[in-house]
Amino acid sequence: MMLPGLELKNPIMPASGCFGFGKEFAPFYDLSELGAVIMKAATGEQRFGNGTPRVAESASGMLNAIGLQNPGVDAIIEHEIPFLREYDVPVIANVAGSTVEEYVEVARKISRFVDALELNISCPNVKEGGVQFGTDPALAKHVTEAVVQVSQVPVYVKLSPNVTDIVQLAKAVEEAGASGLSMINTLTGMRIDPKTRKPIIANQVGGLSGAAIKPVAVRMVYQVYEAVDIPIIGMGGIETVDDVIEFLLAGASAVAIGSANFKNPLVCKEIIEELPQALRSYGFTSVEDVIGGAHRETATTGVLRT
Amino acid sequence: MKREWMTIIEHEPIARNTFRLVLQGTIANDVREPGQFVHIQVSNDFYLRRPVSIAEVDREEGKMTLLYKLMGKGTEELSNKHVGDTIDVLGPAGSGFPLDEIDSNHALLIGGGIGVPPLYQLAKQLHEKGVPVTSVLGFQSKEEAFFTKEFEEYGDVRVVTNDGTLGHRGLVTDVLEGSFDTYFACGPTAMLRAVSEKLDGMQGYLSMEERMGCGIGACLACVVPANDEKGYRRICCDGPVFDAKEVVLS
Ligand SMILES: Cc1cc2nc3c(=O)[nH]c(=O)nc-3n(C[C@H](O)[C@H](O)[C@H](O)COP(=O)(O)OP(=O)(O)OC[C@H]3O[C@@H](n4cnc5c(N)ncnc54)[C@H](O)[C@@H]3O)c2cc1C
Ligand SMILES: Cc1cc2nc3c(=O)[nH]c(=O)nc-3n(C[C@H](O)[C@H](O)[C@H](O)COP(=O)(O)O)c2cc1C
Ligand code: FES
Repeated sequence: MMLPGLELKNPIMPASGCFGFGKEFAPFYDLSELGAVIMKAATGEQRFGNGTPRVAESASGMLNAIGLQNPGVDAIIEHEIPFLREYDVPVIANVAGSTVEEYVEVARKISRFVDALELNISCPNVKEGGVQFGTDPALAKHVTEAVVQVSQVPVYVKLSPNVTDIVQLAKAVEEAGASGLSMINTLTGMRIDPKTRKPIIANQVGGLSGAAIKPVAVRMVYQVYEAVDIPIIGMGGIETVDDVIEFLLAGASAVAIGSANFKNPLVCKEIIEELPQALRSYGFTSVEDVIGGAHRETATTGVLRT
Repeated sequence: MKREWMTIIEHEPIARNTFRLVLQGTIANDVREPGQFVHIQVSNDFYLRRPVSIAEVDREEGKMTLLYKLMGKGTEELSNKHVGDTIDVLGPAGSGFPLDEIDSNHALLIGGGIGVPPLYQLAKQLHEKGVPVTSVLGFQSKEEAFFTKEFEEYGDVRVVTNDGTLGHRGLVTDVLEGSFDTYFACGPTAMLRAVSEKLDGMQGYLSMEERMGCGIGACLACVVPANDEKGYRRICCDGPVFDAKEVVLS
């Protein structure tokens, strides 16, 4: 299947920040089996990220505040992308920054080496930048326009769920020239340890991911699908092949799997293998057949597909 | 490193809230060094795996022993598993104590609480190499103490408890005197800092703890600042064992 800039063998890809730059997962399976790989965020300079602890478990999910730690765009181009390029898999670069200039610099440099960009205007874990670009439609539009202008490859904008009206944001970045959307990033949250009486995560707040956010993500994909004409990469709490189908029915054209890779490093490969059978069992003939299906379904009674 | 359903072949309490768990499976064949750990998915209800050190390994028989203390939901649920059950294990993870590089005339091992387990396999292998071993084992109290007899098989043991109910009353740093040339320490960061300050100048190795996400080096949840250009290390894969000069303890 084809999405802007991406020729996908299947609609499954690991989500940004949960797969590093691929090296750590290569011992577990052949990365060429993936639909695509979304790399960890790149910023203009090296960043060391937040203090530790950076993760905390919660019911059906986890909080993280890594803080965009990465070796910087030049080091990623030199040391990380060549490794992924040895595999027969499209590579998407996650572009982050604190200023429009930084986003533009990273996008200009890295876009020549990858198949698409995922513009991260939604990272809740850095004080400077990231999330305010993702919560203000005018700012989101502005940074998207600037990045689209310098990028040599299609730009997918990664939306934050920490907003009142996600449709407004989605429309703003579509207008700005985004080729696609990816959604959702994590929801801001906090956990406090009764023993220490303090937040568990050093950064105090972190981003909630995992099964706990899946219904929120599905709802947002469903709403945005009705409002835009660009494809959506859906994510948030996917752990099983049924979760994938749920996102496709809501309107995603492909999906990304994040924290579930921590539970099971083989999860992407396993879901890819299970997908054809699952599609058949629900009466679909192809992935395309599923996309947005929930918006078209007219059967009034429970369908007898099993 | 691989993921495997390992079989529980022994599981018993050995001290207050502390258990000995013996697992069978091929991950045990892959263990390279003492100080490596496994990442356990206690059940599918947990989002994060629990890191637990390999306290003893029999590579030929494909068996390994873990010693763990109840600290919260994950370890509590682990303690309810029975002999014959299988559990989802990722491992062997991390880099352990670099035994091949170590040339010591008398090694000092320092463990605090749940930092004691990885030192057991280390004591055994140092002993097999002919290195004299002195082990300093710190616990909160007598009820919490474990494996003090087992360590005696491989050298001198100095037991320390916070309340004095067993051995010396005080902290592990009270009893570090002796003519040692290399030390190996595992325990809470505060203890590691105190030990490394006290033994400043001696060749030392520290095994560190941090909350983990992936446990395989991909997510950068488990970093510790380092004294070089790179600026950080990942405890789950560059460690958990580091040269004491390599990392910055906060
Ligand atoms: C490399 C390494 C080796 C370890 N070896 C042992 C061992 O041999 N025996 C043993 O008893 N314990 C060991 N620990 C500590 C053990 O991982 C924690 O006690 C355990 O994860 C607590 O889980 P819980 O669900 O019971 O506690 P909870 O407090 O409910 O756990 C909540 C979350 O915090 C994490 N967490 C809590 N305490 C720690 C900690 N000290 N270190 C890392 N993560 C923590 C848990 O993994 C989980 O993700 C080791 C830790 C590390 C990093
Ligand atoms: C540890 C961790 C690090 C992350 N890092 C990034 C990042 O660098 N850039 C980004 O756009 N999203 C990042 N995310 C968000 C994920 O890509 C994903 O949008 C989110 O976790 C929801 O998916 P999930 O529930 O499958 O994890 C990170 C998530 C986690 C758990
Ligand atoms: S726990 Fe993910 S890098 Fe160490």
